[in-house]
Amino acid sequence: MSRKCLILACGALAAEIVALRKQLGLSDGETELQCLPAEFHNTPSKIAPRVDEILTERRQEFDQVLVGYGECGTAGALDAVLAKHDAMRLPHAHCYEFYAGSAQFAAITDAEIGSFFLTDYLVRNFDRLVIGGLGLDRFPHLRDTYFSNYRDLVYLAQTDNLALQEQAQIAAGKIGLAYVFRRVGYGDLAPFLASAGGKEAAAHV
Amino acid sequence: MADDEIILRDLNDDDLVDQMKDDLYDGLADEVHEGTQILLERGWDANNILSEALVEGMRIVGVDFRDGILFVPEVLQCAGAMKSGMELLRPILAATDSKASLGKYVIGTVKGDIHDIGKNLVGMMLEGAGFEVIDLGINNPVEKYLAAIDEHRPSILGMSALLTTTMPYMGVVIEELDKRGILKELPVMVGGAPLNQEFADAVGAHSYGRDAAISAELARALVGRNS
Repeated sequence: MSRKCLILACGALAAEIVALRKQLGLSDGETELQCLPAEFHNTPSKIAPRVDEILTERRQEFDQVLVGYGECGTAGALDAVLAKHDAMRLPHAHCYEFYAGSAQFAAITDAEIGSFFLTDYLVRNFDRLVIGGLGLDRFPHLRDTYFSNYRDLVYLAQTDNLALQEQAQIAAGKIGLAYVFRRVGYGDLAPFLASAGGKEAAAHV
Repeated sequence: MADDEIILRDLNDDDLVDQMKDDLYDGLADEVHEGTQILLERGWDANNILSEALVEGMRIVGVDFRDGILFVPEVLQCAGAMKSGMELLRPILAATDSKASLGKYVIGTVKGDIHDIGKNLVGMMLEGAGFEVIDLGINNPVEKYLAAIDEHRPSILGMSALLTTTMPYMGVVIEELDKRGILKELPVMVGGAPLNQEFADAVGAHSYGRDAAISAELARALVGRNS
């Protein structure tokens, strides 16, 4: 009997999880990926109820559930849902920490507490999620309200993509921050997904 | 009638206050400023303008933000409109002793956290409620809170955090206040997006303010001045 795993994740991780499934050799027969809207990043109170709804409906279909979220500002609500459904999540505060790894993330924020983080997904969607999401397209004078306490825009890159690096630099300019680049790869997401079906993760890509 | 056809000076007092609340909701700072000026010219008490037009207008904003009708950018615009009215009222309120201050409220974001939008909104509503707000800014270690308590002798201490990684520091501060015997005399309020009542109870806070308007109401209740 095959051991099937549901990977229930934030939509912002979709491209990375698809890439990692391929790299780790996780077949469609072994894993299924279902994503929640990436926009829940701005409304974390919606994460736990939606995860609960999905797992209430589908948990019995799977032997294992891996939840592609960190704590993500859910104030314990997500952990309560995961305990209820015997599912596990990444043991980090958020994706910046699991991509960078806890030690590197702490080092970055210790060096500069005013660090504003982007991932590949956020660079791609910067104008929609950051400029539009914060209303800076309609109210550009709010830039200081949001960012006056920040100094650096830190791009935590999952892939080697020069176009994204250029976009990230432009993004830093749009919000008036200094640009910092860190090539972190998939970080702790890789070994986490590798635990689906008992696979071992390769070295971080 | 379109908004740009409304002549604020032509409105009677009740209609003007209603229009000011609408203008505040729409984030129209110049209009709110003008309406405040008109009411002052008509002899309104600054406290009444503050409470009936500005604070009430912002309370409605808070309700719609809570209900997901307004979002952070719009709320910040509304706050800007409220500030534009308060700029006129602040020197008058500071000069008059017709209404005693409810006391000092020391507020700051905890150590390791640089977020301050919510804290700043709370500070504005507390000022509107009648408190003298001492804002410590961001990234405050316990020593800064202690120094501010020593200097200002506040009625209430408020702490804000926006990260689940920084909010436990509230417990550190409260524990220190308790060790020094301060906690039994000084109510502590906590707030911030990742917090909830359960967390506030767990760290020993007296109150949890889930939004700016409620925080101001709770603060008034803590000093025994329910409206």
